[in-house]
Amino acid sequence: MTVATRIWAVHLAVLALLLAGGFLLPAYHQTNVAKVMVLATYAMGYNIAFGYTGLLSLGHALFFGAGLYGAGMLVQHAGVGAGPAALAGIVAGGLAAAVVGLLALRTQGVAFMIVTLMFAQAGYLTILYNTAWTRGDEGIVIAREARVLMGFDLSADLPRYFVGLGLFAAGLVLKLWLVRSPTGRVMVALRENEERSRMLGYDPYARKLAALVISGLYAGAAGAAYGLLFGYVGASLASTQYSILPLLWVLLGGAGTVLGPLVGALLMFYLIDYSSAFTTASLLVVGAALVLLVLFAPKGILGTLRDRWLKWLP
Amino acid sequence: MTSRLIGKSQSRRSVLTGMAAGAGALALPSFFPGYTHAQSSEPIRLGFQLHRTGIGASYGRWYERTATAALKVLNEAGGINGRPVEIIFEDDGTDPARGAEVFGKLATQSNCDLVFGALFSHVVIGTAPRAAELKVPYLVCSEGHHVASGMLNRWTLQPGITDVKSQVQGMAPWVAGNLGKKVTMIFPDFAFGHDHRDYFTAAIAAQGGEVIAQIAIPPTETSFTRYFPQIPAETEVIYHVMVGPAVLTFVKELGEFYGSGARPQLFGFIDSLEAVDIASPGLEFLEGSHFWEGHPRVKQADASEHEVFYRAAVGVDDNGASVTDPADVATYAHMFSTWETLFVIKAGMEAAGYQGPADRQKLVEAIEAMTEFAESREHPQGAKTFNGKTHQAFGLQSITQVQGGKLIRVHQTSLEDGYYPDEVDYTSQSF
Repeated sequence: MTVATRIWAVHLAVLALLLAGGFLLPAYHQTNVAKVMVLATYAMGYNIAFGYTGLLSLGHALFFGAGLYGAGMLVQHAGVGAGPAALAGIVAGGLAAAVVGLLALRTQGVAFMIVTLMFAQAGYLTILYNTAWTRGDEGIVIAREARVLMGFDLSADLPRYFVGLGLFAAGLVLKLWLVRSPTGRVMVALRENEERSRMLGYDPYARKLAALVISGLYAGAAGAAYGLLFGYVGASLASTQYSILPLLWVLLGGAGTVLGPLVGALLMFYLIDYSSAFTTASLLVVGAALVLLVLFAPKGILGTLRDRWLKWLP
Repeated sequence: MTSRLIGKSQSRRSVLTGMAAGAGALALPSFFPGYTHAQSSEPIRLGFQLHRTGIGASYGRWYERTATAALKVLNEAGGINGRPVEIIFEDDGTDPARGAEVFGKLATQSNCDLVFGALFSHVVIGTAPRAAELKVPYLVCSEGHHVASGMLNRWTLQPGITDVKSQVQGMAPWVAGNLGKKVTMIFPDFAFGHDHRDYFTAAIAAQGGEVIAQIAIPPTETSFTRYFPQIPAETEVIYHVMVGPAVLTFVKELGEFYGSGARPQLFGFIDSLEAVDIASPGLEFLEGSHFWEGHPRVKQADASEHEVFYRAAVGVDDNGASVTDPADVATYAHMFSTWETLFVIKAGMEAAGYQGPADRQKLVEAIEAMTEFAESREHPQGAKTFNGKTHQAFGLQSITQVQGGKLIRVHQTSLEDGYYPDEVDYTSQSF
């Protein structure tokens, strides 16, 4: 079996498992996994910027929020259908990333983190203050009758699961193609040594901007899907927490791995879900897990597997 | 954290009876599903979406205690339809995303018949779509206007507490008539504050008064001194609804701003100081000021026997703190809603002849058919009316004044003070 075949086989097997989950999982876990797939799509986008290109952003909540509100507001205030609203959300995420990137990519490292964080905070406060449109911290409900995509009722468990899976699968395949393409290799080169990439003739600013915009498109798609699938658009989903969460999912699953974001998002979701049944300090449990990770598997779960056994894992 | 409360332990006889009934039911062909279900002695399982952690934790702690006390009273009186009742508490972290997940967990994993208890508006709004998807009744204790505004759905009801629009409207005549007509509002610059801004501005205008300045405080603010010079000199009343940990700083700095000189009258919603001792250092400036309280935390001289019973059952002393820890001040103005909601559930289930999840729709319809709740042990906060079309209860509101460090009632509104035209008819919506 060639490496390429092996890579595609593993990723398609994961998608097949998720497909089977749609039929086998009990209702509660079906909804959870649908949500995890949407959030993992967001994390995959984050991974393109952070894991592959080395852009440690704390502003991705703005891109996720742009998709969430871009779709949600159109449905709520303009009566736009779910399909066009989702497309608008994707564009909004990419556009927000382009605007932020144009300015923030003039900085690097810690300064980039701070500038992106400031943009995201400005976006969050904009949502919070404009209650006439957004209902601020309370958020808005997307009417059930508006949550219909190509005849599928997105408020029903099974269609929601498969739309979530479709989004995740599209994101996964695109990402797999991207990171194995020449463009993806330039992204990794930028992460490893920006100056050397520049000397080889690549324009780091343009390449990083492109990576950030792709990342923003993923975030926008996930945000739009979240609003349409789960019927709620709220400011808390655009808060700083939602900039940090994809970072943690990616770190847990393995930065610079294609499947890492899914593994990280799934593990952290259920870590919180199960630990909250026993203790109010569920976030402490998450914190302890992250400390253990840093100590024993600093490259995340799949990153460590790749280092030790699965050298071929993208 | 999940916790479970069962009011009645089952005796060996009832277990054997239940087993026999269960075996019989299995042996019978399913011609009489209603009959076989009616014989169930299984507990009715109620899910409680609890703000045990997060920003609502101080409320959550008391909501849990109040619901637990109500459950004990309810089960000692025979439960619901002769069946014991169980409450399963699940922490939602006061987070809307987690709230919806917890709702699903309670409804589909813990097999609860319904879910109730949520207070914070963003959690309620984030969860309500899930209630409609699962077709599980969701009885909220939120006081937000989101239910009566028509924003939510037929499965979401608020029968245990008045909404903020009605509260504000009910207060305005007394404020205009007794404190002054030129009002400056100071409020947090997000939806909660904006609701107060919009509702009170309209309500005071209807009384011939006027809001002469609206000072919105950004939610990230930790010091307020620079905002106070914006208060117009001709202000007769300052209406304040600051919330969150900075509220003590807000009051302290307001006191420093006015010093010992003349100051406008102060009127605030107790939301600012729920679970906070009004006699705390730094709050001396509030002496003589007025508050809205849904349910006065200090036992009033004319407290009804029902109020006395409720206070004792929950474990609150005459000052509004825990009987076991005087520093543990209750969220008294709001927490009655969990008690009263539980008894509305009981009345609704009994009216609907509720046997199990198949009767959830009947339960909603039974609650929609309710019109009045008389003051009683079940409704110790006072008499209420319930509007089945808007799914909203309307109750009496109290205005209390800080006198010697205690909140003493100086006015109680009438039910009519809080009425406003219907904004939705949920009964015309499908399930």
